[in-house]
Amino acid sequence: MQAFLDIFDIYLLEAVINGILLGGVLALLALGLNLIFGVIDVTWICYAELVMIGMYGMYFMVQYYGISYFVAAPLTILLVAVLGAALHYLVIAPLLTAPPINQLLATGGVLFVLQSFATVAFGIDFRNLGIRLPVLAFGDMNFSYARLLSFVAALVGMVAVYLFMTRTFTGTAIRAISQDRQIMALMGVDTRRIYLITSALGGALAGLAACLLVLQYDVHPFVGLSFGPITFLICVLGGLGNFIGGFIAAFVFAEIISLGGLFSDLEWGYVLAFAFFIVMMFIRPAGLLVRRR
Amino acid sequence: MIGQGRLAAWGIGLAALVALPFVYRDPYHLHILVLILIWSFAYTSWSMMGRFGLVSLGHGGFMGIGAYVTALLWNHLGLSPWIGIPISMVAAGALALIVGYPCFRFRITGHYFVLVTLALSGIVLQVITATRDYTGGSLGYTPNRTSGNKLLALQFDDKTTWYLIALGIWLFGIVVWHWVDRSMARYALEAISEDEDAAAAAGVDVTAEKLKITLLSALMTALAGAIYCQYQMFITPDTVSGIAVSLQMVFAAIVGGLFVSLGPTVGAIITILLAEALRIGFGTKAVGWDNLVYGVLLVLFIIFLPKGILGSLLDRLKPQRKVPRAHEQEVVQIARPGT
Repeated sequence: MQAFLDIFDIYLLEAVINGILLGGVLALLALGLNLIFGVIDVTWICYAELVMIGMYGMYFMVQYYGISYFVAAPLTILLVAVLGAALHYLVIAPLLTAPPINQLLATGGVLFVLQSFATVAFGIDFRNLGIRLPVLAFGDMNFSYARLLSFVAALVGMVAVYLFMTRTFTGTAIRAISQDRQIMALMGVDTRRIYLITSALGGALAGLAACLLVLQYDVHPFVGLSFGPITFLICVLGGLGNFIGGFIAAFVFAEIISLGGLFSDLEWGYVLAFAFFIVMMFIRPAGLLVRRR
Repeated sequence: MIGQGRLAAWGIGLAALVALPFVYRDPYHLHILVLILIWSFAYTSWSMMGRFGLVSLGHGGFMGIGAYVTALLWNHLGLSPWIGIPISMVAAGALALIVGYPCFRFRITGHYFVLVTLALSGIVLQVITATRDYTGGSLGYTPNRTSGNKLLALQFDDKTTWYLIALGIWLFGIVVWHWVDRSMARYALEAISEDEDAAAAAGVDVTAEKLKITLLSALMTALAGAIYCQYQMFITPDTVSGIAVSLQMVFAAIVGGLFVSLGPTVGAIITILLAEALRIGFGTKAVGWDNLVYGVLLVLFIIFLPKGILGSLLDRLKPQRKVPRAHEQEVVQIARPGT
């Protein structure tokens, strides 16, 4: 019995730490979505699909053209950033004065477009980078380098965004706009430019997440569906537009998924996370950290 | 509400629809008609709450529950769909209440509501995939062919029978739509979609009204899923549940027109004919092309024609309304930002 408990604890600890590592990437995704929502007041339903396109970008650059991973990563981030800006310019900008739900549904249309574009262009095969990173053995626990790398890179990305938002003029303007949309235009800030920059930034975060996720998961046109819903749950639980809430919620969810996956399949981890989410809605309907007008 | 002339038009139209399979028996065309009718019913169910600003992306989940629960009860417990369908509808209704209550009670509207329901359909998809030992996972699921009474098993080989069943279901959906349209609930819900606080101040029980329409919509969507399963005799998680199906409903309802009873039907006709045309035109290369066209069209429609084809057409035909309804005059003011 004692031996059983020892083993169990090791697995438990491993799952907890893996959950934290997963939380890093989820927090990155939530940050991008929150940024877009906080500043432009739009929810990109297709956010996970941007990540999917980025993953394909990585796949083709690394596998097909033989570009090194570390050269391909900035290119992918750039690609998805451009995609994010294009999404804003083509779809969101004409709808800025329309009811918010229409903007949201329009990005739902973009989700269709991106998914089926990937199906048409790349086929429905599962593809992977073919990079197998070694596994770090720590005591009896095993952690893949891919996850550690993702965690660290996600943290670096988030710190970079934080510095950008607090230390640069553009970042300050972005934060100001998220506080009052109307007045900033009167203060001489070009809101259209700021919106474009924010969209590009949100896209870049999706691109970074793509570079990290492609290390751990296979790419297929519907890969966005496997982490898209969970990202939305995180954002709602943290409070849409609330960066810190989203950050905390990401780790809470990652732990639930990771621990749920320990006892059963990964899918049940997701189900558990959803059940938790429903319960939390009864307790804290406005998000973990309430920041209401 | 319905004048003599319109009633007569409906009667003649229906008689023609009922008579159709006895005159015209091409199985392929009948098959397309049955699909259009079943999906029209599903889209109508969605638009029942969609028109009041309750944009749900969780209906893929309700439809999946309707289809899978019915099929699972039949295969594993031998329960006839006549009992299985009500059970599946109850299951979908219960889920709708569990998710809907906190949403409405705590004023989760707009973006929040969409994202929560979106997650709901995603989760139903995950559950179906996760329980692959029972549901066959993403490979799909087939209800067992009955060797006994076909009526008891609700399995018919005859396209004409299915056409009539689908027609009945579709008509039922339209009747319910009109029933809601003429009820007090409609005014309450329109008031809610305009301004929740004002509606509550005027004595509308916001939570209860929203829950009622959500429940009705979920029950009907589950029925649509079950009927679809019985007709096709093959379901996969992707064809009856998940975000793609939810978005398909939104798309069809918006293209056809949210605020008119036949709008979702027009949407279904357009989307299904489009998908079939693409499939025939491109053959197996068409995989993905139909959704690509859908997506582009959805975006274009929301930007340029937010009232849908039928809605805009009807507006064009009768520019002066007797009672201007602020609700419909604004460009699909289907929801307000969170209060």
